[in-house]
Amino acid sequence: MTVDRISLTDFLAALGTPAARHEPWPRFELSVEGWTGLRDRLAAVPAWSLLGLWGETGMVHLALRDDTDGDIAVASLTCPQQSFPSLSGVRPAAKRLERAIQDLTGLAADGLDDPRPWLDHDRWRLRHPLAAVPGAPLGEPAPYPFLPSDGEGLHQIPVGPVHAGIIEPGHFRFTCQGETVVRLEERLGYVHKGVERLMKGRLPEEAARLAGRLSGDSSVAHTLAFCLAVEAALGVTAPRRAQLVRAVMAELERIANHVNDIGAIANDGGFAFLLAECAVLREQVMRTNERCFGHRFLMDRVVPGGIAVDLKQEGRQALADLLPVFAKRFRKLVSIYDAKSSLLDRTVGTGVVSSDLAHRFGAGGYVGRASSRGLDARRMPGYAPYDELDFQVPVLPEGDVNARVWIRIREVEQSLDLIAQILKRLESGPGRAFLPESHAVSEGMALVEGFRGEILAWVRISDGGRIERAHSRDPSWFQWPLLEAAIEGNIVADFPLCNKSFNCSYSGHDL
Amino acid sequence: MTSVLLSVLFQLVQLALVLAVAPLLTGCVRFAKARLLGRSGADPLQPYRTLLRLFRKEAVVAHGTSWLFRAAPYAVFTLIWLAAGLVPTFSTQLVLAPAADLIALVALLGSARFFTILAGMDAGTAFGGIGASREAMIATLAEPAMLMVIFTLAILLQTTSLAGIVETILGQGVGLRISLALGLVSLLMVAIAEAGRIPIDNPSTHLELTMVHEAMVLEYSGRHLALMELAGMLRLLLFMALIACVFCPWGIARAGDGPLVWLLGLVTFFGKMMVAVAALAVFETSIAKMRVFRIGEFLGGALLLGLLASIFLFVSTGFKG
Repeated sequence: MTVDRISLTDFLAALGTPAARHEPWPRFELSVEGWTGLRDRLAAVPAWSLLGLWGETGMVHLALRDDTDGDIAVASLTCPQQSFPSLSGVRPAAKRLERAIQDLTGLAADGLDDPRPWLDHDRWRLRHPLAAVPGAPLGEPAPYPFLPSDGEGLHQIPVGPVHAGIIEPGHFRFTCQGETVVRLEERLGYVHKGVERLMKGRLPEEAARLAGRLSGDSSVAHTLAFCLAVEAALGVTAPRRAQLVRAVMAELERIANHVNDIGAIANDGGFAFLLAECAVLREQVMRTNERCFGHRFLMDRVVPGGIAVDLKQEGRQALADLLPVFAKRFRKLVSIYDAKSSLLDRTVGTGVVSSDLAHRFGAGGYVGRASSRGLDARRMPGYAPYDELDFQVPVLPEGDVNARVWIRIREVEQSLDLIAQILKRLESGPGRAFLPESHAVSEGMALVEGFRGEILAWVRISDGGRIERAHSRDPSWFQWPLLEAAIEGNIVADFPLCNKSFNCSYSGHDL
Repeated sequence: MTSVLLSVLFQLVQLALVLAVAPLLTGCVRFAKARLLGRSGADPLQPYRTLLRLFRKEAVVAHGTSWLFRAAPYAVFTLIWLAAGLVPTFSTQLVLAPAADLIALVALLGSARFFTILAGMDAGTAFGGIGASREAMIATLAEPAMLMVIFTLAILLQTTSLAGIVETILGQGVGLRISLALGLVSLLMVAIAEAGRIPIDNPSTHLELTMVHEAMVLEYSGRHLALMELAGMLRLLLFMALIACVFCPWGIARAGDGPLVWLLGLVTFFGKMMVAVAALAVFETSIAKMRVFRIGEFLGGALLLGLLASIFLFVSTGFKG
């Protein structure tokens, strides 16, 4: 099929009217015809990838990016009929997002082939918490039918939501033939905290604290995304020093999580040695976090307008001490991993995600990059200070557990180098810009690279300076579905290994 | 008359000894592994406390289970305890020595496994079934390998009685035999599989989907779980003692030895067990768990080694004859 080349923004501009204040990328309000026109276009242009799909009272928003040139735009549809045409046919990752929209706002997705609820398990005190008038709960939770799998000798294994280890809750329904997994279906939503509703009506500073608790391991990345969106909406830029220190925090968070994951993956392969060693390395990072910024998980250190705690001379020294020691020890662990054939026998060729699937679901982070999808929000669209820093985005084609381990290894190396570069550039200056008074409704949006991948944050601030609607899309939304695909044809006993190599966030996904 | 009394006494001491030492052995393995990983590790005596706690707790039984589920822990524990009591640890002068046949040992272990598998499936949970099917797969592969080793020993030493094996090795000596070396490796592999150690099974895992032995006992609690756990600890001791008894019998007291030799037998037994603990801990720390379907290759290798051991023996005796 040949498609005339027209940029994403131009295409949307021709379909709808631009919203007044939406920064830094434009937002267009579409009619239902425009929305269906966009849907047809999406079917023809696979490079326009889904960044996010969220709803609010009587309205849905769709964020798209042209993966070829990095053009980003938002399309919105007002739904007077309380329904919107489903996009799940053209963007499979939209399916769960639409089910979540239905649960949260009460808007119906027309043409969605899965009528089951997603986040709402009929256990909340109300229905449609983001609708204008939330409804009363149904009372008795309705049974949740899992997708059927018919065949001779198939049996089901229900796992979770309570697991034997100390991990987050989620239900996995395996259909197996002997040891081989025929189908895996996930059921999530057990850790829905109602963060988006809690943010409503709060000051950006308060809401930023909530954003930092969406997923505890990505506190910096989620807060940063939220703060960048707020700053975009209010038209402020954090001072240069704040940008640099924020990047230090983000890279520290990335290192800590990646190292932790590498150890945990090895442990699920029955090789506890790497877990013990990686736990020590992670702990060193956490203690450096504490020494530099006064919090092990760096929560609430990033605030709208800048940073809450600046990096002092003592902290710089702690970082300078950590980097070479860490790098040396990490190299040693990598060589152990690379030489441990009994472990490689488990990781190589296990849980393969095809490049085609990774693209279709728009998976970011190590899941995407291990399957040839080499996108990184630090590069595209890019944000300060990464535009002036020198780093590489590792990409591998294999798509197996081993590739996801190696992406993490390479990213840790890059992050160590990035911190060293940033420290060299760090000059004294203010750490925080004051947020201007808000006199009109304004909207902002940001895309930040967390350790799992791209985090989208969108916010609308009222003329009184309070949050009207905020949405954070965790990278896990586009990775959880791929886990179902990755395990197919593998054996049941390899699921923990695959799952750990994805390490999707339950909390960030369940909102 | 005194010798009969002595052998009864020794048998009782032996039964008490294995029961008393088994938790310590498991505790030592865990402690050594923790140390190798750079962790401070729990007290080696911790398993005693755990067992005591479990015995004091209420035993919750899953709905819909039959009498088998409740009887299995007792049966499994008794069978394995008896089997462990048959392996000479410090003296061959045991009243049950005539019954302490290697084939009887395999039968006792097999029966215990049979009950564990049935109990695992009785509760009707998915994990019990997975564990049971994996255990059955391991058993079908491990038992022939073990029998192959036993045949080799029987050809070489003209006996399958454990006391007889010790007597023969200590009495006449067998010299260095390639068949014995192959048999040792084969038996080590079988022991790892039977005792549920890495790389076949991970005794310390919390991942339900990867478990073998743990998956079958997942539904147990209280005293039932304590018995199952204790049986698992006894099984580990049994295999360590078995390998020590057949391949390193030096130090074991024989009929007619005096009290000093008995004491020496006890001391060397503890020494051998500690060496085994250290070796197991180092081995388990240095290797990852294998893919479930690789177990077949692993135990197939054990069977092959056992087979080679007996073939070499035939060949060498053939040349001599």
